[in-house]
Amino acid sequence: MSPGLKNRSSLNEQRRLAARKQHLFLRARMVQAIRQFFIENDYLEVETPQLIPAPSPEVHIEAIRAGNQFLHTSPEICMKQMLGAGYTKIFQISKCFRQGERGNLHLPEFTLLEWYRTGIDYNHLMKECEALILWVSRNLDMGEKLRYQGMDIDLKAPWERISVSEAFFRYASLSLEMALKKGTFDELMVNEIEPHLGVTKPTFLCDYPVSLAALARLKPGNPDFAERFEIFVGGLELANGFSELTDPQEQRARFERDLKQRCNSGKQVYPMAETFLKSLEHMPEAAGIALGIDRLAMIFANRSKIDHVVSFTPEEL
Amino acid sequence: MYNASDLRKGLKIQIDNDPYVIIEFQFSKPGKGQSLYRCKLRNMITDVILDRTYRSGDTFQPAVLEERKMQYLYEQENEFCFMDVENYEQTFLTADQVGDAKNFLTDNLEVEILFFEDKAIGITLPNFVDVTVTKADPWAKGDSVAGDTKPITVETGYLLRVPPFVGEGDRITLDTRTGEYVTRVKE
Repeated sequence: MSPGLKNRSSLNEQRRLAARKQHLFLRARMVQAIRQFFIENDYLEVETPQLIPAPSPEVHIEAIRAGNQFLHTSPEICMKQMLGAGYTKIFQISKCFRQGERGNLHLPEFTLLEWYRTGIDYNHLMKECEALILWVSRNLDMGEKLRYQGMDIDLKAPWERISVSEAFFRYASLSLEMALKKGTFDELMVNEIEPHLGVTKPTFLCDYPVSLAALARLKPGNPDFAERFEIFVGGLELANGFSELTDPQEQRARFERDLKQRCNSGKQVYPMAETFLKSLEHMPEAAGIALGIDRLAMIFANRSKIDHVVSFTPEEL
Repeated sequence: MYNASDLRKGLKIQIDNDPYVIIEFQFSKPGKGQSLYRCKLRNMITDVILDRTYRSGDTFQPAVLEERKMQYLYEQENEFCFMDVENYEQTFLTADQVGDAKNFLTDNLEVEILFFEDKAIGITLPNFVDVTVTKADPWAKGDSVAGDTKPITVETGYLLRVPPFVGEGDRITLDTRTGEYVTRVKE
């Protein structure tokens, strides 16, 4: 490379980072506000290993191999083991890694906030989400209303709640049952449903079909659905939470089902997370959630691409 | 063979035996669902645009395209004839396939012809082409100001505006990407 070219590319690099400066400042303040929220609500901040022997066997999440172990795709398994050992309120902000995920809303290395609390179910957890986001917004001096990509979004509680089957009925060209049967659940969700969610208020999309909830508890009295929800703001998927499944037998059966499906579709097969399954024997009722920090920064910074709220994307290294 | 994770803007793949180029690409992945690769594709022969959503596990044949250096020979009944400069084989493109490139096709001009499986499907011109002005009004000094232009016709029948000093019989250089006048050629 000629010295001229090198200078030009380092100049572009400086310009790119300078243009992102205000978003990165906002992001840093946002993360500080999140920490403060959890500390004031008596949560313990924890750090669990990013290098783990057995990732959660999600059918559609690919872990990155590191030596003879894996980089975690979320801290879920380790954090739940802590619940089984007597920790009652814990949170963590950590880097997570998922192979092949790259788009306007995806980075293969991204930041997740996860928090878990014993003695509550997903209804209570949804209330905590409302309080957290409102707290962060006020701490960023942005009040209770948010402007995101031309939408005016009211953050005040209560947020909208809609079940997955209701959302299919209202927005999609097929019913939930038909979509599951034809295997087009994901396409319809992305193309027809998500754009309508969280447009005037954040939306909780609740009660997923049991086949789409690997680690969530079933709804009492309605075993076809699990107590899982996602949060949407301005059409953007922000978080995924649920009442935790605490039955080790049921959890083992679902893991075996998912590992088999991974195996059948030719994906890398993970070892069974035995230590985790053992810890479930002591796990109390609890609820937990993973929230994308990069996505939340996109929303507060009013950006449409995840690239704008991180210092470096993989392509920029 | 390509996998879904190879898909990106600019990649050329085969669908139903036609070559397509991906003109828009978006990766999406709902919740814990599967990866979706949403593509807008342009048929490289018909220009028809398709929207397709692919998933991981889908595979694709690459569209094998080859560019050959060829010389423009003549036009006959809406067909344009080109000759391979190495083996003298002749091939034809329709007026639709040639499109606006016909404005710059001077006799014996060397161009790149795009082939998909031995079928000519498109043309790439050099960025700059020299042509002869065949019709131009004389420059009436005095009744024009700097920056003025006047209409002329060149040997291919193409009509454009040029500075007033360009006269009939002049050789001029055109930018084939914009269709605009660049300079007068000094013989």
